[in-house]
Amino acid sequence: MTAVPLGPPRRLVEFTLDGEPARVPEGATILDACRAAGKDVPTLCEGDTLTPKNACRVCVVEVEGGRTLAPACSRRAEPGMEVHTGTERARHSRKVVLELLASATDLSTTPRAAEWLEEYGADPMRYGPEAARLGEEPKVDNDLYVRDYDKCIQCYKCVDACGDQWQNSFAISIAGRGFDARVSTEHDAPLTDSACVYCGNCIEVCPTGALSFKSEFDMREAGTWQESAQTRTTTVCAYCGVGCNVTLHVQDNEIVKVTSPHDNPVTHGNLCIKGRFGYQHVQQR
Amino acid sequence: MPKRERTPTTYSRITQPMVRDEKGGPLRAAGWDEALDRAARGLAAARGAFGMFSCSRATNEMNYVAQKFTRVVMGTNNVDSCNRTCHAPSVAGLAAAFGSGGGTSSYEEVEHTDVVLMWGSNARFAHPIFFQHVLKGIRNGARMYAVDPRRTSTAEWAESWLGLNVGTDIPMAHAIAREIIHAGLHNEAFVERATTGFAEYAAEVEPWTLEAAERVTGVPAAAVREVAHAYARAERAQLCWTLGITEHHNGTDNVRALINLALLTGHVGRYGSGVQPLRGQNNVQGGGDMGAIPDRLPGFQDILEDGVRRKFETAWDTVIQPRQGLNLTKMFEAMESGELRAVYCVGENPAQSEADSEQAVERLRRLDCLVVQDIFMTKTAELADVVLPATAAWCESSGTTTNSERRVQLVRKAVDPPDGARDDIDIICDLATRLGHPWKYADAESVWDELRSLSPQHHGMTYERLRDNQGIQWPCPDLDRIGPGFLHGRLWADDPDERGRRAPFGIVRHDPPVDETDDRFPLRLTTGRRLDSYNTGVQSGSYASPLRRGEYVELCPEDAERYGVRAGERVRVASRRGEVEAPVWIDPALRPGLAFMAMHFPDEVDTNKLTIEANDPIAGTAEFKASAIRIERLTRPAVGS
Repeated sequence: MTAVPLGPPRRLVEFTLDGEPARVPEGATILDACRAAGKDVPTLCEGDTLTPKNACRVCVVEVEGGRTLAPACSRRAEPGMEVHTGTERARHSRKVVLELLASATDLSTTPRAAEWLEEYGADPMRYGPEAARLGEEPKVDNDLYVRDYDKCIQCYKCVDACGDQWQNSFAISIAGRGFDARVSTEHDAPLTDSACVYCGNCIEVCPTGALSFKSEFDMREAGTWQESAQTRTTTVCAYCGVGCNVTLHVQDNEIVKVTSPHDNPVTHGNLCIKGRFGYQHVQQR
Repeated sequence: MPKRERTPTTYSRITQPMVRDEKGGPLRAAGWDEALDRAARGLAAARGAFGMFSCSRATNEMNYVAQKFTRVVMGTNNVDSCNRTCHAPSVAGLAAAFGSGGGTSSYEEVEHTDVVLMWGSNARFAHPIFFQHVLKGIRNGARMYAVDPRRTSTAEWAESWLGLNVGTDIPMAHAIAREIIHAGLHNEAFVERATTGFAEYAAEVEPWTLEAAERVTGVPAAAVREVAHAYARAERAQLCWTLGITEHHNGTDNVRALINLALLTGHVGRYGSGVQPLRGQNNVQGGGDMGAIPDRLPGFQDILEDGVRRKFETAWDTVIQPRQGLNLTKMFEAMESGELRAVYCVGENPAQSEADSEQAVERLRRLDCLVVQDIFMTKTAELADVVLPATAAWCESSGTTTNSERRVQLVRKAVDPPDGARDDIDIICDLATRLGHPWKYADAESVWDELRSLSPQHHGMTYERLRDNQGIQWPCPDLDRIGPGFLHGRLWADDPDERGRRAPFGIVRHDPPVDETDDRFPLRLTTGRRLDSYNTGVQSGSYASPLRRGEYVELCPEDAERYGVRAGERVRVASRRGEVEAPVWIDPALRPGLAFMAMHFPDEVDTNKLTIEANDPIAGTAEFKASAIRIERLTRPAVGS
């Protein structure tokens, strides 16, 4: 009988984090070490179920001897390295990154964005009110999803969730170059003419609310979305026999949104269209 | 192809009990007391002629109470659920081989295996999140082979697609086995130590040369050979199947033929190697585990074993019939003969889900008493004498369900049910009380704890542990440890006692589909699921899916040309049992002679008017996957109208 394979043993890597000794398993990132040590490093393009593209640069830290700042979410810990998370240079870089993001995009539905802007003393307005914004109306081309490009920071998380990291549908990708680069369906077709299968796994990972469920979008538009009044209850999906765990977000006894726990062994935070949207039948009352 | 306009059928929640005063009369609103009294009277009058349709979508706790109601209050073992229409052959086949009716592996193992056979399974559509585990496996280097008459979206990910003729799975499996044996690739040590009947099996598969298989299955010999070698040579391999295997008149034989391959190569009982039926409903595994089937008591314990029965008789202070009850299929036959006069149907819609649905409706009408407990006014509820409005198990009640990898998980109440609807368990207990058995359960957990005291394989699963571990897979007999995620590691033990009962090869023969194609019905119709819809559509019809297009009869371009029909054109689809009208969809992934329909929109196109009620003699599952049909243009007048 073959035993359950555990993989090769992982050595512990020892290094210095803000002057304190840190030990993490081989392969762990600086961010893993920071979180283990209780340090709060801001992140946007990093997600617990994804390998980041380190696109946003908001988590940068200073590694002694390094010419440039290093993204904590992607840089692996190495023995003997000396890492500083709160140096003037790292904090200044985060401040500028946040200013640039907040001046060019709408971060109003990005959790913690306001807090970070304040913490790093970021002033997005210093680029003037004319700072480049898309100024597009949200795209509402179907009954389930809304795409609001004004909020998109091009972190690649939706692209990776739809692509080879999870869903393998490849309905969206980055199109265009330079300033024209944006997340797009093939030939910028409406979602309904794309390869989208409406699993909502892109929305699950979107850090800014650029992608949202239409139920949430409509309630926000109507001013009735109240996260503080919502309960979140994790139960098991009522469709096929796979047994996906679904977290029902309920406001006034109505299911308003469905997510899935990212650490769940069945789903890893992913659902299909039925699990994500097929709850309406219980509230036909 | 442009979308056509359609008015989807949506169902509203029912919140008011209803009764029918006389056969043929209308249903009228009633209070709970009146409805329950009426139901109790109807059931009491039919003691000895009673059947329970339990619910594969409700919790384990509800299924436990429903089977207990059947056995203790009604004194019969006639309890079953819609597992009969889907995976009963898997349970029967697995139990015959290994003594246990569950898939042998965990989802995670398919990510760490070398070869995956997806046989009669379009998991990409029907089990999308399981398929994400398969995709992880493929990304990790596993080779996947798809065996399916249709080139499905699952097959798009395959190393090779084996597009066999519908109902030729046994020739395919036997040819793979023969090739493995002749190439000397079978696991001789495993076969010798852990199995029985190899010589007979080898003789049975001997005529199935690759060429013979090619003639019958339509799959090139070289492709069959490649799969045989890939599967046998793999260090680890997973064999997964769905209803393409089970929904045949010989579904259990099909399952045995697949399990034989795992026995031949030793691809079972090890991490990464196993056999995995993908179950179709959230608790179809659990319903059977809870004893809501006619031949097993809770914990999948055999009702024919005296010791097992005695344990339950003591616990429940009752006498349990020492024989197997009728399964769903047999119950329908018994309605015809009048042996079954009352049915208590919880959360099922057999009027639309049974094969040959017109016959099913006719039989339900013959009952003296039909009690339907549901959250919607389904077509089955419309036939009922008493309708009891229930809560939606998955979000309005608490309990547990068991998934395809045998993981028992907590179901939690997230929303309040509509006023007037009542919890399934409370309703059943109220009925039991009226019938002389005053049952009271404080909550779902107290039901579960009673089950744990009687089912060794669930004993270690307290609610607290289920919460802390995000579910636990059975068997879990101990309160302090959790076993490996795969079953039957015992088969690899050195000590013969520990190895236990050897797994017998199933000696099964090819038997083509009952509904033969001929000049009058030249097309083979097979059925399946679409990504965004579910079963009879009562549940999935209510949300706005951009993918949904309603029911079509799907044909390959060649057949469309042959019959002179265009995409979108409405045609008449006729089988030997009935006919329906449906628009045409052209799908180049179908082969000439093969048509496809789903059953998600029975109020638009009742596909099950076409399907045949040719049942597997062991498991009772009908041959939904193989009907003979013809396509007619509507320009000619309909026969008899």
